[in-house]
Amino acid sequence: MLQLITNEKIRETKDGKRVIVKKPELLAPAGSLEKLKIAVHYGADAVFIGGQEFGLRSNAGNFTIEEMVEGVEFAKKYGAVVYVTTNIFAHNENMDGLEEYLQAIEGAGVTGIIVADPLIIETCRRVAPKLEIHLSTQQSLSNWKAVKYWKEEGLHRVVLAREVGAEEMQKMKEEVDIEIEAFVHGAMCIAYSGRCVLSNHMTARDSNRGGCCQSCRWDYDLYENKDGEEVALFNEGDAPFAMSPKDLKLIESIPHMIELGIDSLKVEGRMKSIHYIATVISVYRKVIDAYCADPENFEIKKEWLEELSRCAIRPAASSFFEAEPTYKQQMFGTHASKPKWDFAGLVLDYDADTQMVTMEQRNYFKPGDTVEFFGPDMDTFQMTVGELWDDKGERLDVARHPLQIIKFKVDRPLTKSNMMRKENKK
Amino acid sequence: MKKPELLVTPQSVEHVAALIEAGADAFLIGEQQFGLRLAGDFTVAQVEEAKNMIHAAGKKVYVAVNALFHNDRLEALDTYLQEMQRIGVDALVFGDPAVVMAVRELEITIPLHWNPETIATNWFQVNYWAERGSKRAVLARELSLDEIVEIKENAKAEIEVQVHGMTCMFQSKRSLLGNYFLYRDQAMEIENRKEDRNMFLHDKERKNKYPIYEDANGTHIFSPNDMCVIDELGELFEANIDSFKIDGVLQTADYVNTVTSLYRQAIDAYFEQGEDAYEDIKDDLLAQIEDIQPSLRPLDTGFIFKETVY
Repeated sequence: MLQLITNEKIRETKDGKRVIVKKPELLAPAGSLEKLKIAVHYGADAVFIGGQEFGLRSNAGNFTIEEMVEGVEFAKKYGAVVYVTTNIFAHNENMDGLEEYLQAIEGAGVTGIIVADPLIIETCRRVAPKLEIHLSTQQSLSNWKAVKYWKEEGLHRVVLAREVGAEEMQKMKEEVDIEIEAFVHGAMCIAYSGRCVLSNHMTARDSNRGGCCQSCRWDYDLYENKDGEEVALFNEGDAPFAMSPKDLKLIESIPHMIELGIDSLKVEGRMKSIHYIATVISVYRKVIDAYCADPENFEIKKEWLEELSRCAIRPAASSFFEAEPTYKQQMFGTHASKPKWDFAGLVLDYDADTQMVTMEQRNYFKPGDTVEFFGPDMDTFQMTVGELWDDKGERLDVARHPLQIIKFKVDRPLTKSNMMRKENKK
Repeated sequence: MKKPELLVTPQSVEHVAALIEAGADAFLIGEQQFGLRLAGDFTVAQVEEAKNMIHAAGKKVYVAVNALFHNDRLEALDTYLQEMQRIGVDALVFGDPAVVMAVRELEITIPLHWNPETIATNWFQVNYWAERGSKRAVLARELSLDEIVEIKENAKAEIEVQVHGMTCMFQSKRSLLGNYFLYRDQAMEIENRKEDRNMFLHDKERKNKYPIYEDANGTHIFSPNDMCVIDELGELFEANIDSFKIDGVLQTADYVNTVTSLYRQAIDAYFEQGEDAYEDIKDDLLAQIEDIQPSLRPLDTGFIFKETVY
């Protein structure tokens, strides 16, 4: 285990107690307006979204300029901000329309862009100077001198390579006065980001312009060519060679990252569901707040870790932050599984007098099922589902249809946007 | 029109001599700790020896410092750059901005070549790094001919493109081969992951074989085909591309010597006898490469005529 250093620079005395006043930003992914609202509601200080162009997830639901305006307005009510990913490495043909696009983003009230290509950095500086410029992880920033380079180029923030460890981050913070953003949770590339063109070769899709088809997660067989003869380096029944990394999970390292003075803690996953975002963001929120309020007596609660595992579909590990990953931080012969709990419903309304919840169905459930409610403003609790009705007051034997309106009794108060999940018994 | 430089990647000091003989104009060498996917590992003393030999022949020597550096290598990088300054090599090939910073701090006067591999994709970037001291840009291998030509038309720096050899598809910091062996409890195989072991990944679905090895920079995976455009050089000549690189990584010295002499013939035919002379011999040059091509390594034209979508 790495030793936790107490950083006095981030502390102040309040009511006779040493507390941490420099809280890092909790940065959430948002693939759509609905996800943005959920992320902010569940405690994100900032969200990153993709626009229609120049971003790296061509399959993610991406925002129109009008949606960006609405997202920014919504976030502002919570004191949160919005960043837009424009982190492709452009080819000549992608240059057209860049100026207008950056101006439109600036006009939408977005706080900053996440960018890798100097073309976009320099164009932004010229035509949309109000936008902060954050260097994308696509630049694989791995040492303090390169961090210093981008500081001198006038960048506001750098997102580090996922390959950077805690001690390296500490040195960067000591050497350079610039905001540092680091990934804490989610899927990760097994290659240095930007330095993988497997997709280009295998499927003619450009990974550095959003076309990545995740060829690294396929299985391969390893051979050696010995004097012209191909010798298998695996035995019958062995797991094939694989490059699939476990997902990143640094929940237990959050105190350490706060002490290092990391400015922004980033959760990956613009393609993930609102249930995933709500679960992950609410747990990280709790950990950050609890640690900063009372660092001396902080202990990570088992229930937080359990809650975080509710939405996981792949095993997770603390790759690189604590130590160089080994085979234990990779997956061999196994693939993603179903999450342990399914998202079952989104709370639309709650009537305190009748104790009736109005819910939008997101997954099959029925009377007698054990369900769990969670939200940013409540303690998670479980209950058994009783009788169900639809919006016309008709009794239902099961909640079967996605987005169907369902009503039933819950004896503890709920608020809009709380969520209900159900254990996945299969 | 300007005759392009023919750039090669020797495996050793002895190999330099053979490649001078074969007609190379410039040589890219270096040490694994600082440079990526080199055909051979040259100590500082060997760099000096090679430089003397290359300069005596009136040719150029470039040293690769294009690794992705982590903090722990920065000090060694400074020392290395100072050694290169003392030796007087003709260019430093970099990808990481840390090299730009170090060169400024140490007042190194050797010209820089910008080579960040996969991420050199448009002419604006070329000019951006030119303004920061880079005399040349090495373009990503994943660009089409049209894109290369347009970059050259707008570039304020020299343009280098790869014309022959394997290209790198993937670099991970992780020890992927070592991890696989350890996972299967075969620690004794750990030694079996260096570049001289000729290991490859078999992709059954695409029937492709991807060379793979590990070194100080992590795990590297290469294209299933060797790029070869010896019969498609006309438009690159016309575009005034400044340097053609033959990447000899994971090839034999004999193979690289022959390929170099064939590209030498192609360039000389075009510039000394005219376009028709090149047109007349180009199919034969290609046939000569096909004759020595290892059966495991089919030839293709890389991304020169292949568009990618996204």
